[in-house]
Amino acid sequence: MPAYARPARLEDALQVLKRGNTTILAGGTDYYPAHADKPLREDILDISAIRGLRGISDGRDHWRIGATTTWTDLIEAKLPPLFDALRLAAREVGGVQIQNRGTVAGNLCNASPAADGIPPLLALDAQVEIASDAGSRLIALEQFVVGNRRTVLGSGELATAVIVPKPKCNARSHFLKLGTRKYLVISIVMVAATIEHAGGKVRAARIAVGACSPVARRLKKLEAALVGEQLDAALGAKALASHLQPLSPIDDVRASRGYRTEAALALVRRTLDQLGAIT
Amino acid sequence: MSRPPVGFKVNGKRMRFNGAPMARLSDVLRDELGLTGTKIGCNAGDCGACTVLLDGRQVCACLTPVGQVEGREVLTVEGLARDGKLSALQVSFQKHGAAQCGICTPGALMAATDLLARVRRPNADQVKEALGGVLCRCTGYQKIIEAVMDAAGSPAIPRAPAAEGAIGARVPKIDGIAKLTGAERFGADAIPKQALWLRVVRSPHHRARFTIGDLDDVLRHAPGLARILSARDVPSNGFGIYPSVKDQPVLADGEARFRGEAVLALVGTREAVEGLDDAGLRIEYQPLPPVMGLDAAMAPGAPLVQPAKPGNLLQDGGVRKGDAAAQFAHCAALAEGCFETAFVEHAYVEPEAGWAERKGDRIEIHVTTQTPYMDRDEVAVVMKLAPEQVRIVPTACGGGFGGKLDLSVQPLIALAAWLTHKPVACIYTRTESMASTTKRHPSRIHAKFGCDALGRLLACEVDADFDTGAYASWGPTVATRVPIHATGPYSVPHVRTRGRGFFTHCHPSGAFRGFGVPQGAIAHEAMMDELADRLGIDRLEMRRRNALKAGDRTATGQLLEHSAGLLDCLDALQPHWTRMNAECARFNQQAARAGDALRRGAGIGCMWYGIGNTSLSNPSIIRVGLSRTGKITLYNGAVDIGQGSNTILSQIAADALGLPMSDFLVVMGDTDRTADAGKTSASRQTFVSGNAAEFAGTDLRRKIFLAAGAPEGEWRDRRYRLSAERGAVVFRKDGITHRLELGALPGDTDRDALTGTGTFDPPTTPSDQDGQGVPYATYAFAAQVAQVEVDLQLGTTRVLRLVAAHDVGRAINPIQVEGQIQGGTVQGLGLALMEEYVPGRTENLHDYLIPTIGDVPHMECILIEDAEPLGPSGAKGVGEPGLIPTAPAILGAIHAATGVRMRQVPVLPHRLLAELRKHARP
Repeated sequence: MPAYARPARLEDALQVLKRGNTTILAGGTDYYPAHADKPLREDILDISAIRGLRGISDGRDHWRIGATTTWTDLIEAKLPPLFDALRLAAREVGGVQIQNRGTVAGNLCNASPAADGIPPLLALDAQVEIASDAGSRLIALEQFVVGNRRTVLGSGELATAVIVPKPKCNARSHFLKLGTRKYLVISIVMVAATIEHAGGKVRAARIAVGACSPVARRLKKLEAALVGEQLDAALGAKALASHLQPLSPIDDVRASRGYRTEAALALVRRTLDQLGAIT
Repeated sequence: MSRPPVGFKVNGKRMRFNGAPMARLSDVLRDELGLTGTKIGCNAGDCGACTVLLDGRQVCACLTPVGQVEGREVLTVEGLARDGKLSALQVSFQKHGAAQCGICTPGALMAATDLLARVRRPNADQVKEALGGVLCRCTGYQKIIEAVMDAAGSPAIPRAPAAEGAIGARVPKIDGIAKLTGAERFGADAIPKQALWLRVVRSPHHRARFTIGDLDDVLRHAPGLARILSARDVPSNGFGIYPSVKDQPVLADGEARFRGEAVLALVGTREAVEGLDDAGLRIEYQPLPPVMGLDAAMAPGAPLVQPAKPGNLLQDGGVRKGDAAAQFAHCAALAEGCFETAFVEHAYVEPEAGWAERKGDRIEIHVTTQTPYMDRDEVAVVMKLAPEQVRIVPTACGGGFGGKLDLSVQPLIALAAWLTHKPVACIYTRTESMASTTKRHPSRIHAKFGCDALGRLLACEVDADFDTGAYASWGPTVATRVPIHATGPYSVPHVRTRGRGFFTHCHPSGAFRGFGVPQGAIAHEAMMDELADRLGIDRLEMRRRNALKAGDRTATGQLLEHSAGLLDCLDALQPHWTRMNAECARFNQQAARAGDALRRGAGIGCMWYGIGNTSLSNPSIIRVGLSRTGKITLYNGAVDIGQGSNTILSQIAADALGLPMSDFLVVMGDTDRTADAGKTSASRQTFVSGNAAEFAGTDLRRKIFLAAGAPEGEWRDRRYRLSAERGAVVFRKDGITHRLELGALPGDTDRDALTGTGTFDPPTTPSDQDGQGVPYATYAFAAQVAQVEVDLQLGTTRVLRLVAAHDVGRAINPIQVEGQIQGGTVQGLGLALMEEYVPGRTENLHDYLIPTIGDVPHMECILIEDAEPLGPSGAKGVGEPGLIPTAPAILGAIHAATGVRMRQVPVLPHRLLAELRKHARP
């Protein structure tokens, strides 16, 4: 029988990891589907019982989302409008069954191009806290996910939290997901945006698009173009097709490449209009 | 290293589990604790059938390692009723008819239980949010939503109808409670502990020649493996639904003709067969270029899928009346178009499953199926046994829709059990269910319709080509049925229609709710819209001017003498249609002014559907027995796959006999105990088996009267009131009392003392070479109107509202009729907007999309009862008609909203957007 460890202490978990060749399991919502027709043979480190790993805490200059915090935990947490995008994304992750089990950090570690959590967290400028026997480090989410289902996590390393820095100005965020049906759907395109604002003007913007490239991408030219713009319901008009240059959508059963490009622009504009219209 | 057992509570009871902590909670509940109420539909979190509550929160048990349940509380469907008393939610489900087949019901109940603990009186949106992760393929979700919303309102199950009051009553399902408590046994639920397991090894290639290495050697080195079956173990290695076409091998013999075709069957312990890697089986595949799609199949010099089928042609037939080609010259308006549809997967939530056991020189097969007698006969052919040596005992069927009309596990488990003398079980995974079983035929339909200046149809030509996959299956049925229905439900004097089926290297296309008619309806309804638009006639009015009615002749020359209620359907829809169109116009005006991207449109679709098999005898025999103790049993060979035939046939037989249906027990489908009532297909059970049930009830009534000494003919007097009283049947009229003491009747005590038998075979005639004849004894008619909202920037379509008017002859049980219409309609919505099976690419329920609870509009059903004199109390069928007009109505509505006529379904957002862009740049 394969090994199964479910330690209560992080140190013990890191020791198990150090021995190598272990698959990390939290909510199981990605692990089991990947093994739907296969025998379960891997050694497992189950991190669900580790104390202190679940929950959201409010630090001085950041929020900390513990690695085993579920989507439902996030939906039910009292968080400022900055988190609206992430909360909206949380409600689009599978059905409620998945939201009750799946974790925010697990969504990042699974690193699907269509991961619902990645665009909103990119738009929050999130960082991933990584622990190993040797200590811990922080890495920007943009650097954490490096490809289709690939992250920088080395053997012996565990993602222990997602860190969301507190913005300098007032901030709001929004998220739109496009799929062929309601609920339980893999996105064709997703857009998340955060706007920091003061005096009715955009002070900073972060916009990320998912499912249109191997890893969700920020639209930095657009972000720069928005700074200083008036905050109103016409904000979306500032987004241009040329701003989508970082994207590299593909043709698949869900949609064509050209469609994804067109829909991405429409959704970016709508997301910005929505954010601009909030008074 | 020994581990402490996992301790947790299930339904309030403490449990300990000693196995692997990574075992899925769903497997532990079912296999270790015997709580089979929790269902497994996909093992991937895509369907929600395994939903249980973990510390009060809904989770997928298939994604939950039992190790994480340590110290926690699990609530399953078995724990909902307390002390034998159903929860209010369960009562509400029963009252509203929220369970059809029942396979998704436990998951839906658990998700709703979670919701109701948080929100006492949820609104519809809250119900949808909470149940968004539970797929249901039967109900169309509406009755589930109603049931959850009503759960806080002290719902009560209506009382059973009195004697002779069953027909027309909203009778709850007689087998409904078991579906709500987890007690119902589906194909995977009652497998004997000692059963060996069978796993099928399948071709990973669309087309490949293959050789198999030394299997004896594999067997020697794989502990726990009992046998490996290959083609040479199959006594007669060919099956197929037509007596003369047995073209599909049980196990492929040297050449695999589709990806997912069965090559070997491993038999042994479950661990052994699941643990063995296919790579170790020494199958050498030599992949060959496959023939994929109609163009490839028809191409000159295309490789032959089946060597004896030149041109890859399975079937070519049609209907000819008058001279359509010549008539087009006299038409005031013409419409023409070519329409394409994709493979569609049945996506029943219960994958194929069953087990078999050899008993002496007989084999018994317990299996989820729509057709026990055909299964029996086909297994007998494959195993070279007499049909009587095979017994099929249908389990509850967790959804069929035509997909469980073909053999799946049956011949494999039968053969393995026969050879090993041990019970052998097989449960398909979701992936193999999708990869290996039949689909709706992809079609390419070219249609041309012409009418006079008043919009009256003069001529139509339809050429329909179907991709039938690697084997015939129901391909001939589709290619025959479609040309008959291709005119639509309209009177057309000049007709030429043709249906052809072509072989390709895909899974067989088979039976799927409507047998090709839904594809055909997309074409004929587009023609009607275009002609109406061309002449400036309202689209509904255009249908009214052409609707078939009693006294008209069909394309096959059949005189419709009765029960053609399309005009009544259209009249009933008129106010809805007017209101919808006005509302759309208002909305679009505002949207255009505001620069909004949304546009609305209304569409209409009509259909007709011949009930029963096409031009073929398809009799049903039903028996009703009366025991010496007063027990009445309906011996019902018709399988209830969720549509409700157990209830309907009981209603009919009870009223015919004159006793309340609550006195009835039902034995369903067991080929040793019931007579052949044909297949649950072609919308035939209410009409065909319903008649047989009525005759059986009447026959028993006659026999009771005679045995009690009443004069011959007296049984016809419906003024007699019957009652079953302590070992006697008593019947009274105006002070006259007859009494039949059952104990005094001759015969064995364990046999029925009296049996009534009824047989009905719908009168049809064979077609001549022009397709002329009487292919069906009666037809259902329907019309639906849909309102949609299209996003012009994204190409997305949302169906806002749908009203369905169906001429059902007589609604024996309106709650079930509505359930059939709503469920069919939502499958039609899926066909129109999202469902497209791509072989090798969408073999799961997250790449293959069916509608969720969030996709369904509010549906209103209007039941038109234009009685069919041949039917039981005037009833016709309704199983398939619900699906057929929906896609045409949605496509028409999209056109009304956008000006774009979509000729390919599903209308995926990128397809619609591409057409919108073309339309914008003329």
